[in-house]
Amino acid sequence: MSPSSLAIEATGLVKTFGDTRAVDGVDLAVRRGSVYGVLGPNGAGKTTTIRMLATLIQPDAGSAQVLGHDIVTESDAVRGKVSLTGQLASVDEDLTGRENLILLGRLLGLRRAAAKERAAELLDAFGLTEAAGKLVKHYSGGMRRRLDISASIVVTPELMFLDEPTTGLDPRSRNQVWEIIRALVAGGTTILLCTQYLEEADQLADGIAVIDHGKVIAEGTPAQLKASVGSGALHVRLLDPQQRGTAERLLERELGSVILEPDPAALSVSCSDPDRAALAVAELSRSGVRIADFSLGQPSLDEVFLALTGHPAEEGPTGDGSGQDLPTQRETSIEKEQAS
Amino acid sequence: MSINPTTQLDTTVATDLAAVRKAISSTARPPRASALSAALTFGWRGMLKVKHVPEQLLDVTITPVMFTLMFTYLFGGAIAGSTAEYLDYILPGILVMSVLFTTVYSGVALNTDLTKGVVDRFRSLPIWRPSPLLGSLLGDSVRYVIAGTVIIVLGVALGYRPGAGVVGAVLALGLVVIFSFGLSWVFTTLGLLLRSPSAVMNAGFMGIFPLTFLSNVFVDPTTLPSVLESFVEVNPISILSTASRGLMEGNADGTDIAIVLAVAAGLTAVFAPLTTRLYRKG
Repeated sequence: MSPSSLAIEATGLVKTFGDTRAVDGVDLAVRRGSVYGVLGPNGAGKTTTIRMLATLIQPDAGSAQVLGHDIVTESDAVRGKVSLTGQLASVDEDLTGRENLILLGRLLGLRRAAAKERAAELLDAFGLTEAAGKLVKHYSGGMRRRLDISASIVVTPELMFLDEPTTGLDPRSRNQVWEIIRALVAGGTTILLCTQYLEEADQLADGIAVIDHGKVIAEGTPAQLKASVGSGALHVRLLDPQQRGTAERLLERELGSVILEPDPAALSVSCSDPDRAALAVAELSRSGVRIADFSLGQPSLDEVFLALTGHPAEEGPTGDGSGQDLPTQRETSIEKEQAS
Repeated sequence: MSINPTTQLDTTVATDLAAVRKAISSTARPPRASALSAALTFGWRGMLKVKHVPEQLLDVTITPVMFTLMFTYLFGGAIAGSTAEYLDYILPGILVMSVLFTTVYSGVALNTDLTKGVVDRFRSLPIWRPSPLLGSLLGDSVRYVIAGTVIIVLGVALGYRPGAGVVGAVLALGLVVIFSFGLSWVFTTLGLLLRSPSAVMNAGFMGIFPLTFLSNVFVDPTTLPSVLESFVEVNPISILSTASRGLMEGNADGTDIAIVLAVAAGLTAVFAPLTTRLYRKG
């Protein structure tokens, strides 16, 4: 692939905070015009990677070219072509939606009248006209995200960084954000999308890098990635957590290796065949295991991680009081600190 | 269809996708904003915040109003013989104090800003790097003017009459605001170094409070023990309040004014680049 066809080309990026190597040698190659998903749990180093590429922080080692410009020596040129939608909504809560967009328009060089006109156009396109005069702190999560994204395209960027754009959104708002992202891509913008959700990466991305503890542990198309973990999973939640042992044995016999989820009443198992899943569920109830609900869905991030790394994405509060989750949490808080 | 904008909006973006596409395609990148234009835009942002969150102004005006009333009527008779005479002495000093206290809030506001995602966006924009800082201090300067005006109006209501009239009062206020602009860079530096807004507030007042009281704002330094007196004489806040008294009365000493302007320039020269560096590093 020739360098000019790459929007992002990163080699060996490293960022250390204290003792933690938040990003530990990340390589990325993102084609122009594509959506590239960076998939990983909290604290994996996604946000730190984005912040380096968006020139907010400098890498301790390694280098990267964004749209042909070095992120350290030509950071100003990079800033002239990209836009960032951060994990925390990157809009000013104490201003109205309209004021936010006018502010950005002015800062990007639009004249007063043009900035106003552009703000009105975006508010209208993103269904925010009625809320335009309200302070952003009164917006719902979905409205805030839409404003955030519209703020990123006041002047259409060549490359857009989206850091967990749908975390905390209800399904309807999430779908709206997905539609907007698709429209952006159709318009020719390259997108680097950080997400915790495999489904999101699957829906939007052309290529995915799975990142854990600051390292890229797998890379490929969504199809390749899913193939590596099986294309689906049966999730079962029991009425009585006491019966999980029995359920685990039965499901293992029917379908294979079972994952115990953080919820003490829940378990899941890799399975792509609806018929076999139905039989396994029937087997459970025949054996007196009482089921609260079950579903056949895509593999979760947990399953991807288990398949790729042999450990779950994040240790949940499983009740055994193990300190295993401490490193992950510490890393998360450090990353958040740096983000603030 | 009527929509309550504070609840989840049900407008289906699906129907607006054509508009979204059009909005995406319809921009050509304009030439970059000039440094001045970017700074003024951030100043405008500061103004909007005063408009939307007027309580912030209340914080910084109530304390000086209380001090004016308390010192004038509680201590005025004891210190200067009569409350009217003391008001003449203290009002320019209170003006200095109230505006200087406001500068601490510039650091607090910057620290609060940093906890929000919007700063990441500002820092990712192709703009002159110090413009967000310079702009918010320009906006803050308007707040300094408001805080100072409140005190002068209160003084006049209580019977204070500046010898040099409105012009004197305006000149004094101008000098105080210029000095405060320089001083506020110290607090923005603190705002970037310390962890929380309350830490900035505490550290700021820990510095500004003793410095204000160990000046000639409240009492004539000739009544003080000699060690204290020599400190008060060189305290820039004393020189600032002497200069403001002079401007209000129409007999200002040019040297005092020059010293005040030099200190303001010095503080800006040291702390403005420091603040910018810290802000850039994030």
